[in-house]
Amino acid sequence: MLAVEGLSAAYGKIEALHGVSFTVEEGEIVTLIGANGAGKSTILRTVSGLKRPRGGTISFLGEKIQGAPAHVVTSKGIIHVPEGRRIFPQMTVLENLEMGGFLVKDKAVAEASFDRVFGLFPRLKERVGQKGGTLSGGEQQMLAIGRALMAQPKLLMLDEPSMGLAPVIVETIFETIAELSRQRITILLVEQNANLALSIADRGYVLETGHVKLSGTGEQLLASEDVRKAYLGEG
Amino acid sequence: MDTFLPQLVNGLTLGGMYALIALGYTMVYGVLLLINFAHSEMIMSGGYVGLGAFLLLTNEGAIGPAARWFTSGSALSIVVLLLVVVLAAGLVTGLVGVLTERVAYRPLRHAPRLAPLISAVGVSIFLQNAALLWIFPSHSFPEILPHKDLGYGLTLQRVVIIGSSVVLLVVLDLFVNKTKVGRAMRATSQDKDAAGLMGVSVNRVIAVTFFIGPALGAVAGVFSGMYYGSITYNMGFFPGIKAFTAAVLGGIGDIRGAMVGGFFLGLVESMVAAYVSAGYKDVVTFLILIVVLVFRPGGIFGDAQIEKV
Repeated sequence: MLAVEGLSAAYGKIEALHGVSFTVEEGEIVTLIGANGAGKSTILRTVSGLKRPRGGTISFLGEKIQGAPAHVVTSKGIIHVPEGRRIFPQMTVLENLEMGGFLVKDKAVAEASFDRVFGLFPRLKERVGQKGGTLSGGEQQMLAIGRALMAQPKLLMLDEPSMGLAPVIVETIFETIAELSRQRITILLVEQNANLALSIADRGYVLETGHVKLSGTGEQLLASEDVRKAYLGEG
Repeated sequence: MDTFLPQLVNGLTLGGMYALIALGYTMVYGVLLLINFAHSEMIMSGGYVGLGAFLLLTNEGAIGPAARWFTSGSALSIVVLLLVVVLAAGLVTGLVGVLTERVAYRPLRHAPRLAPLISAVGVSIFLQNAALLWIFPSHSFPEILPHKDLGYGLTLQRVVIIGSSVVLLVVLDLFVNKTKVGRAMRATSQDKDAAGLMGVSVNRVIAVTFFIGPALGAVAGVFSGMYYGSITYNMGFFPGIKAFTAAVLGGIGDIRGAMVGGFFLGLVESMVAAYVSAGYKDVVTFLILIVVLVFRPGGIFGDAQIEKV
């Protein structure tokens, strides 16, 4: 579905990605794990068009999309939930969700999306009239994911959905991610919490300073000595 | 009451113009975090284009017998003439605005914040001098509307200026809050990256903003020409800086705040001129600017978010 080939990107003169390659197949949950600064978020930002790549190719459903601006990438069905959630703080929950469905022309589809989002996150329904900026961190994350679902994603890219959240909320969020996967949404998940990410992922890639260091199925990586030492706080 | 009511009318007239101009500052700041110093010249452009349209429509040599209808003085011909003058000023100046963004600001989108600010000053100087050298330094401006005194300082002209300002402000408010493009604009001003991820073409939103702001400023330019009876190449400077004060007063980036700020400042100015001294009206305006910037940088209604500029 998504094939990234030799992707490189830089901030000014500092190269953040040096030829990263990976694939995501339809229906999978794929996770990118690695330490801070390994380039995980940069990969998502480059795929979604927020950042221009320096080299390499990104193809989605057979179409080359590297270098396309964000709104074009979004229109292809790649929906990015960015790090820090980035909801619109001055807009109500309802308006935020409406923004998520910005490109959806069909009213019936939009209605169905509202039902789906409120089904997954009843909490958002209670808060429809509240400004996004007044929500708790967990509610904001739900809103960010809900907003992404309004766009009918084919590929949902989640950047650090657990960041700064209480363990109970993290559990809810990850249950939702698993549920979305059951609803046939393909997921590319970036996480610092490698243990958690690998436990729900079909496959994973371990990144280190802009390279793919290791890859394998979730179980393989969880069992790997290197991964356990470096990212799971063992050894 | 003999002074108060006429000054109230005067203040509202000025206020309507300030509000129209202030919107341009606040909307551009909202989407780009840029103080568009060239916005003053959009007022000037409105005056010049409006005059051009007027001279063309009333010149029989240029458009033939139709000109005779425009100069006939019938109510309908006056309304149509004014509408065409205002629309031409708004449309052409809107395009000038889009063009300035394209050539002077977009290439600097990712540059440090000071760079586009300097570029804006450059555009301002360029446009002033273009008008000065290539068109004319100053020109009388027709009243367009017949002079009709309605009492209490109210003239037909003032009624039209106040009325159309209010209508434009209401329309803009509805546009921003109720339409899809308006919502995209608000989203862009809150978080450009996130708006892009929603499928909003951020460049298009910025272009729309750079059309609407200058177009409204241009309408104020036409009104200013009618009100003062003349236009000059640097006519935008004072109203521009005052409208900027109004925008800051209302909380820069806040559209309704800019409207309220505009009317407030117009009223303060006319009251100071009447009850203190005309010489002090500008002093008071800039005193307000300084006090607000020092004590309430987020505007009188704003939360104290000082992060910007």
